[in-house]
Amino acid sequence: MHIMEGFLPPLHAAAWTVVAAPFLVIGARRIARITREQPQAKLLLASAGAFAFVLSALKLPSVTGSCSHPTGTGLGAILFGPSVMAVLGAIVLLFQALLLAHGGLTTLGANIFSMAIVGPWVAYGCFRVARPMGLGIAVFLAAMLGDLATYTVTTGQLALAFPDPASGYAGAITKFGGIFALTQIPLAVIEGLLTVVVVNLLVRYSGEDLDGVGFEHRLDTAGEAAR
Amino acid sequence: MTRINLTLLGLVLALVLLPLILPVTGGLAEPFAGADGQAQDAVTQTHPDYQPWFEPLWKPPSGEIESLLFALQAALGAGLLGYYLGLRRGQSLSGSPALRGTRRRELDDHPQSAATDAPD
Repeated sequence: MHIMEGFLPPLHAAAWTVVAAPFLVIGARRIARITREQPQAKLLLASAGAFAFVLSALKLPSVTGSCSHPTGTGLGAILFGPSVMAVLGAIVLLFQALLLAHGGLTTLGANIFSMAIVGPWVAYGCFRVARPMGLGIAVFLAAMLGDLATYTVTTGQLALAFPDPASGYAGAITKFGGIFALTQIPLAVIEGLLTVVVVNLLVRYSGEDLDGVGFEHRLDTAGEAAR
Repeated sequence: MTRINLTLLGLVLALVLLPLILPVTGGLAEPFAGADGQAQDAVTQTHPDYQPWFEPLWKPPSGEIESLLFALQAALGAGLLGYYLGLRRGQSLSGSPALRGTRRRELDDHPQSAATDAPD
């Protein structure tokens, strides 16, 4: 989902940066509040960022014959709320832009918007909606659909900037969607599964931290006990 | 839970290996190319006049260095995540003084239920 350096016209690059900026400010303030009021949650917060670090470094093969990577931003979004991921995701993207020439500074705003804002918000929304279906299912759907949403946004961003000369915006969406969204489907499933694995471990060993951040991981057991 | 997680990791492995085993790259000029690069190529194909107006400040000087930095990124993330999970696992199992966790209370109150695992 990285739009390469210089590959958005200046106007688009500036617009996405402006759109992303307030989310970064809100996210930074939220992180400052968490670290001040719940210092014991700092390590969990860092781990959520670490998960995004690992997953976005893994370029995986897809059935379309090309490679792409998961984002890892769904986990932090469901644990801490989506706003913190704007900052954590931006750190990942900045690391890759500066050290790997992957993505870029001019496209940082657009890439933050897709990976660190829309993805986490979709993940968070899906988690809230799907939570009554069970923890595992909700976590899986949240991480998977958040991942797919990120790549759908990248598709839209590129289509807006580079409409197809013959078939216009619709043609460009089909073209970039074929490259990004289609490739991403199995990878999004992988991200969903890995996120469930980590949440399972957290529920088992880190219940106190989860309670501290208000993560609803107990509903299932309570429901079973009531039945 | 361990069994569930192992099953999930097995599924992940299958999803990663499947594209490598299946003949999905037949006829492709560059098998398993990066989607980001493909998108870049698609832009230059339909908009040959477009000139990228900014260059990366620094590029890894070779593919080796690039893979070094990608491996570093994954290692940093995995290291921290592993440290955290290992720390909490140790605390929840050993009942260290720092521990005030609910699981510990569970163990104290219902030692018999602790023997059979907590439900997933």
